[in-house]
Amino acid sequence: MRRSLVAAFALCLSAGVACAQEPTKTPIKLDIVNDALPNSLTGAPGNAEAGRKVFLTRTLGNCLACHQVTSLKSEEFHGEFGPSLDGVAGRYTEAQLRLIVADPKRIFTDTVMPAFFKNEGLSRVRPEFVGKSILTAAQVEDVIAFLKTLN
Amino acid sequence: MLQRFAGIAAAAVAFASVATCVFAQDAERKGIAAPPGHVFKTIISGYEFRSKETRALQDDDLENPGFLAVERAADVWKKVEGAAGKSCMSCHEQAETSMKGVGAAMPKWDDKLQKPVNLEQRINICRTEHMKAEPWKFKSQELTDMTTFVRYQSHGMKVSVKTDGPMSPWFERGKQIYYTRYGQLDLACESCHERNNGKFMRADFLSQGQTNGFPTYRLRDQRLVPLHERFEGCMFDVRAEPFKPLSDEFIALELYVAWRGIGLPVETPSVRN
Repeated sequence: MRRSLVAAFALCLSAGVACAQEPTKTPIKLDIVNDALPNSLTGAPGNAEAGRKVFLTRTLGNCLACHQVTSLKSEEFHGEFGPSLDGVAGRYTEAQLRLIVADPKRIFTDTVMPAFFKNEGLSRVRPEFVGKSILTAAQVEDVIAFLKTLN
Repeated sequence: MLQRFAGIAAAAVAFASVATCVFAQDAERKGIAAPPGHVFKTIISGYEFRSKETRALQDDDLENPGFLAVERAADVWKKVEGAAGKSCMSCHEQAETSMKGVGAAMPKWDDKLQKPVNLEQRINICRTEHMKAEPWKFKSQELTDMTTFVRYQSHGMKVSVKTDGPMSPWFERGKQIYYTRYGQLDLACESCHERNNGKFMRADFLSQGQTNGFPTYRLRDQRLVPLHERFEGCMFDVRAEPFKPLSDEFIALELYVAWRGIGLPVETPSVRN
């Protein structure tokens, strides 16, 4: 009896903490240097294979919706909104790619490409996405690692 | 810096090659010349962006599933409902003549309400005020059927909305909404349907977002979809909190987008993906 009470109390406590954290997402601040983000958002390099999954997953990067990539020819429906990403690693440095994925409008002011690592300054965001970026810092780093394989 | 310039140049070349093939497809899409001062040079119906099979389905009145709604509503047109003991027919007689042109010119200014109303609202005003019947809910089969039936009476007629006089602030509000980026994906109507129409987006060609075929039979939904439901869907998909169907915002947007398709023939009930 006592044990279950303690357990219930612990559950309330942890739920309380979770609730308190949820609405107060801090705004993402990007350390931009010369139109680029030189530092890894996580402090560690990403994983290219995980990044490939993020790149393809519709609810995450969904990058193929707009871009074409020859090495992903086995995947259906490459979009035409944005440029081909073949050789993108040779056109931009890792630091430039990081900013282009995180917040492309900082470089290409007129682009329709969404910012994948931004969580404020947006209009009428659906409640479940308020204060959240499309990708996490780790997912952005994984995508960067994948993009670096596109030589 | 040089590297960056080279990158942009390479991206531009890649983009140009994609653009070339898009224009090649564009040439086959028939449209109408836009009036002076219009946003497009050529106004193109969503029909032109769809596959041969989808177009064939729309063109065959016996195969087009949207005609089931037209038939259902033709019966309801004659049905007496409400405390006043009236049907649509009691006042409007034959829809084929009385409703001809009505659906091509919506939304239209309503003097009594001092605001524009669309076809769904007009039908419900008739029901509540003249028939003393309950209004139909938005997205109900009854309301979408009747909207389709009434608009079908303008089939082939040109879309022709009034945007001046008291409609002017509504037009401007609609235009503002059209060009505002919404949601976590930060996209405006313009981002896709103006700037990128004709391009391939996932499994589909982006159209100009014209409204001349609404309500439209959507193959993925297997039913007729009213315009404001489609507006809602677009906003939801960019992870935005949509405006409410039949809200002032969507009426303003409906007016503005109708103007963007001015002169297109009404295709209701059209068939789309």
